[in-house]
Amino acid sequence: MIEVKNINKSFNDISVLNDVSICFEEGKTNLIIGQSGSGKTVLLKCIVGLHEIDSGQILYDQNDFSRMNFKERKNIRKQIGMVFQGGALFDSASVEENILFPLNMFSDQSFEEKLERVHFCLKRVNIENASNKFPSELSGGMKKRVAIARAIALNPKYLFCDEPNSGLDPKTSILIDNLIKELTIEYNMTTIINTHDMNSVSEIGDRVIFIYQGNKYWEGSSQQIFKSDNEQLNDFVFASKLYKKIREIY
Amino acid sequence: MKFLFHLGQYALLMQKVFSKPEKKRLYFRQLLVELESLGLNSLGIVVVISVFMGAVITIQTGLNLENPFIPLYLIGYGTRDSMILEFSSTIVSLILAGKIGSNIASEIGTMRVTEQIDALEIMGVNSASYLIFPKILAAVISFPFLVIISIFIGIIGGWLGGCVLTDVLSTDAYIVGLRYYFVPYYITYSLIKTTLFAFIITSVSSYYGYYTEGGALEVGRSSTKAVVYSSVLILLFNLILTQLLLA
Repeated sequence: MIEVKNINKSFNDISVLNDVSICFEEGKTNLIIGQSGSGKTVLLKCIVGLHEIDSGQILYDQNDFSRMNFKERKNIRKQIGMVFQGGALFDSASVEENILFPLNMFSDQSFEEKLERVHFCLKRVNIENASNKFPSELSGGMKKRVAIARAIALNPKYLFCDEPNSGLDPKTSILIDNLIKELTIEYNMTTIINTHDMNSVSEIGDRVIFIYQGNKYWEGSSQQIFKSDNEQLNDFVFASKLYKKIREIY
Repeated sequence: MKFLFHLGQYALLMQKVFSKPEKKRLYFRQLLVELESLGLNSLGIVVVISVFMGAVITIQTGLNLENPFIPLYLIGYGTRDSMILEFSSTIVSLILAGKIGSNIASEIGTMRVTEQIDALEIMGVNSASYLIFPKILAAVISFPFLVIISIFIGIIGGWLGGCVLTDVLSTDAYIVGLRYYFVPYYITYSLIKTTLFAFIITSVSSYYGYYTEGGALEVGRSSTKAVVYSSVLILLFNLILTQLLLA
């Protein structure tokens, strides 16, 4: 479980996050939604420690991550897997080497065992034939799959995904969403996904947090989101004609 | 104020770079990759530049020695000492600042803007140390070898330019000049300079790459800054070291 308590973050005196408090539950897919520029990527980067918060607390299973130094954070970070928006695969390394990297860094297994783990992860994300390819030879969907495989290589307790289906076609988006959902249940991970894709919300969202102008405006389940009377949330959720139509039908 | 900010940030980055490595075996593997990339792959350009530099020094010195009382073998002597003292260390380092500096800044800068460095940090890897330390070490190891090769090739270039392609002086006179009044300390001086220049090129270029913010345009700007500041620092420290070691 990850708890975010009253965090504030600003850049050059411009406030980006204001007193945000959220609890992300274990074994569930927690979705952070909001418009572009609302502060959801900053929130995610604050939680994983890529941005230092100005005030507040970030607790990983009651351990105060925000007060830890680099060495102390290392133990938590070994339990974190993250899928970046563009995949963030190492260009100079093959798919196999990309997934081997965290294992080489932190695992004491033999090379054969590590390789076995790599192929298991690749099989789990259905791209076992791409192990010798380089990131530049992969499609957007394949890059995301490799990024997921790398993220799960060390059996993480916490999985973070920053817009995992941006730039993907609807079918591939659903495949990626379902894969993340399956892995969350399989490894009982605390999964946090940043997205503005309403399909993801309805497909895999166990818990949904709506961020608006750096504030937490709404929190609830994916079923509740369509019945909310929160004005800003409705503006976001029913922005497309398709969802407006769905609301009219129901 | 901006200068102090960059100086402080550079010092903090170097502190991170020289902290204890996580897995020495992986760093060693990375070091071998960088030795090939920064050292071996620079050999071609060093050889080409050195041949031409040596040839031009010999021809120009010959053309400017009009006094019949000055022996011609001094041309060989001049070529040797010019290559050792200045051309092979400083000029080759300036050329390598262009080649290697831009390469390092754009490589690390691209990793920054495509979130590859963030990915390393998330995994708990000291990204500064993992990416920069092997580059600095590889350059510090390989540059002195490149300079020794450059001196040797430059002297051969001088012979080709002055004795084979033109008739500035005879091969015998050139060899006498090469053997005349040799000061071994000049080699030490040249290697000390090169080692420092190797550190400057790799650390300054890595600094500009590591703190790149934005996109492709900013990567290009970082690359340019890396080359410009590395070159200026090379010239500045060339002056300081010459004063300290030779004066």
